[in-house]
Amino acid sequence: MHATTQTMPHDPAHSAHHEAPGFWRSYIFSIDHKIIGIQYAITALAFLLFGFSLMAMMRWQIAHPGQSVPVVGPLLATLFGDVAAKGVMSADLYNTFGAMHGTIMVFLAVVPLLTGAFGNYLVPIQVGACDMAFPRLNMLSYQFYFVGGIIMFSSFFIPGGAAQSGWTSYPPLSLIVPTDGQTYWLLGMVFLITSSLLGSANIITTIIQLRAPGMTWLRLPFFTWAQFVASFLLLLAFPPLEAAGVMQLMDKVTGSSLFLPTGLAVGGKVAEVAGGGSPVLWQHLFWFLAHPEVYVLILPALGIVAEVIANNTRKPIWGYKSLVFASLALGFVSFIVWAHHMYLTGMGTTIATFFQTTTMIISIPSVIILTCLLISLWGGSIRFNTPMLFALAFLPMFGIGGLTGLPLGFSASDLHLHDTYYVIGHFHYVVAPGTIFGLFAGIYFWYPKLTGRFMNEFWGRVHFWGSLIFMNVVFMPMFAQGLAGMLRRMSDGGINYSKAQVGLEGALSPTIMELNHVILWGAVGLGLSQIPFILNLFWSIKHGEKIPNDNPWDATTLEWQTETPPYVYNFRREPIVYRGPYEYSVPGCDKDFLPQNQPDQPTSKP
Amino acid sequence: MDIPYTVKPRPDTGLYNAKIGMWLFLASEVMLFGGLFSAYIFLRVGAPAGTWPHGWLNVTLGTINTVILALSAITTLLAWVALKLNQFPRYKVFHALTILLALTFLGIKSYEYRDKFLHFEVQLKDGRIADGHMVENKRDADHIVLHGHYVENRAELMDGHTKGKEHTELKIPRADIKRMQNYGPAHNNFLGIYFCLTILHALHILGGVLVIAYIWGPGSKMWFTDPERYTNRVEVSGLFWHFVDLVWIFLFPVLYLT
Repeated sequence: MHATTQTMPHDPAHSAHHEAPGFWRSYIFSIDHKIIGIQYAITALAFLLFGFSLMAMMRWQIAHPGQSVPVVGPLLATLFGDVAAKGVMSADLYNTFGAMHGTIMVFLAVVPLLTGAFGNYLVPIQVGACDMAFPRLNMLSYQFYFVGGIIMFSSFFIPGGAAQSGWTSYPPLSLIVPTDGQTYWLLGMVFLITSSLLGSANIITTIIQLRAPGMTWLRLPFFTWAQFVASFLLLLAFPPLEAAGVMQLMDKVTGSSLFLPTGLAVGGKVAEVAGGGSPVLWQHLFWFLAHPEVYVLILPALGIVAEVIANNTRKPIWGYKSLVFASLALGFVSFIVWAHHMYLTGMGTTIATFFQTTTMIISIPSVIILTCLLISLWGGSIRFNTPMLFALAFLPMFGIGGLTGLPLGFSASDLHLHDTYYVIGHFHYVVAPGTIFGLFAGIYFWYPKLTGRFMNEFWGRVHFWGSLIFMNVVFMPMFAQGLAGMLRRMSDGGINYSKAQVGLEGALSPTIMELNHVILWGAVGLGLSQIPFILNLFWSIKHGEKIPNDNPWDATTLEWQTETPPYVYNFRREPIVYRGPYEYSVPGCDKDFLPQNQPDQPTSKP
Repeated sequence: MDIPYTVKPRPDTGLYNAKIGMWLFLASEVMLFGGLFSAYIFLRVGAPAGTWPHGWLNVTLGTINTVILALSAITTLLAWVALKLNQFPRYKVFHALTILLALTFLGIKSYEYRDKFLHFEVQLKDGRIADGHMVENKRDADHIVLHGHYVENRAELMDGHTKGKEHTELKIPRADIKRMQNYGPAHNNFLGIYFCLTILHALHILGGVLVIAYIWGPGSKMWFTDPERYTNRVEVSGLFWHFVDLVWIFLFPVLYLT
């Protein structure tokens, strides 16, 4: 894709005489996958913080309904006017924040961090390529993501505010809420889907086509395999949601009723629509994406954890092939489990049985992956550093998230648990102390490659222990609340519901309600625990401990075998790969690691 | 350093990068239109009895458009073959034909849309329904003029194959009208999904024709500097074009013939 190939296809000297590109070409409109990866990382981390702060404000409202939000209350009142009068979060504003918290966390923060930032930066180097297969599409992918993010963010400030109908945007509710926020949401999603489409096609092509000589499929690091499977999921699962988004946009803009049923009444009056549409159709198309999306969220994080664990146990990953084939199986099966989110739609027992069966089947490869990582620890001489701590904490946290999912996979128990805080606890254990811990592990692990300096170890540990404790303080009580029957998406935290039920079966006990305060302070503590991380991230760029050499963790994969930060085309000479990705502590070697590009007999070079 | 396999195929996969990229893109496109076709089935099967219309589209125009797209698939292929045979002028002719055929398709499609937007169902206060094409609809006039016919029951309009009465000029006073709606996407779900599917398809045609026009016009300078890469571009754009044609091959029977 270089312009040079058009004009001077056979001039090898040409590439050495590139003029140094200016600031805009180097950092803003760069086609270098490493710069694009960093762009993704910065934008997505900002959205992660923003999404978290929305949630923190909501937790205040849940614990203290109707009281002015401390610290930011006046700001809310200035920004949003009536819906936040005197700094009190109204139900409308709560719904907006709830919908946008989910949307931002999934589509603008975590997935872009995993595939956009880590995938972009690492995959080409790990396979030994000089860049992505389509560098300009890569730049375009970031730009689509950025525009999508701007559209989502700006929708907060339009009259009526942003989307209010949950990140799932179920019609008919999403279509009858009188704000244009939903239209912005749909447009934003179209941009984000286009971005992820370009990105995933790029990553897959890079892995298929640009592997260095000797980099066979089963020599790929597991992180790259995870990205490969996750990219296929994005490529094939997102388009049905794009179709659904276009259809909802039709309903919203042209007044069609693809998702609006006959006889729909709004505010006590029959709505002026043709009717005949199907709200359940949206749910099918939405979850056809959103379930594979769960594996997009988890697979790259598992990849990061596998790299960190192999490196810090100084021994090969146990069952590398099982990991690879289990993730492929996970990818395939993830396309046929979506309706386990929809047991309450009255689908009938036959279909429910099918989806319960597939849901149980998909837990097998998940358990295989987790077990492989767990057994990998056995007999290792473990180095405890911040990335390893996060990777180790990932295992039980993801385990809790996964196991608490089983009761949701059976329709009998799901009927009780559906739409309660139990569900919130379950998927947050998978994504927050699961995936986000994986992300933290990756950030601490690869930071030296980007900057040439370590992040501060002491503050890293403060960050780790704070995050670990407060994550559990936030999410563990939700299981109890959910089992007791507290429903999600209630802007008063269930207090009115509970009052109406006093003395009746189904009333929430004061203990359960009191947990809302525990969760609030857990969320505050979690927020405070991120301060050392944010400061550390910036401070260490200039002041962190310098790395002793280009491979400070004594790692085997290719990204550590090039200079720091990597040369613009990654490698001065195309690497040749001689061995698998995890040759640690090979008996009879003088070092405890053998890099992938080290020949078998280093002394007898031709 | 240049990215490998942008022009020459990689030996073990037998493909150059752009070809894999295009196949992956088409896989996702299959899922996009697959989602929409599933939605069509879902809506049609779930439609309340007697509300799904038949024969509302012009089969003749649909058939002509099908033939046009089929021809454009042939010219696209011949354009690529001409480049492979090193016959650049022949290529120019065939790809020009592709572009012209695609534009004709879009022209016919717009005519069909216009026809639907001018077609009105007017519910009168006495319970009758006037159905036909708008002839005169002046804002300040106290009546509208429709070229169509009256029916007693909405169900009579559901089957377009049996055109009952003669169409005549109907002058309808505005005071008699209860509700008036054209045959746009809001009219019913058949038209909703029809517009959704065909607009999305037409946007693909438009995107394809813009890319092909670029390759044919300003982009064709590359033939003289890097003919192999240029031929690859034509091949990859052809892959996309064949896919868009294929989608129409499914759209035509599903929407027009049932």
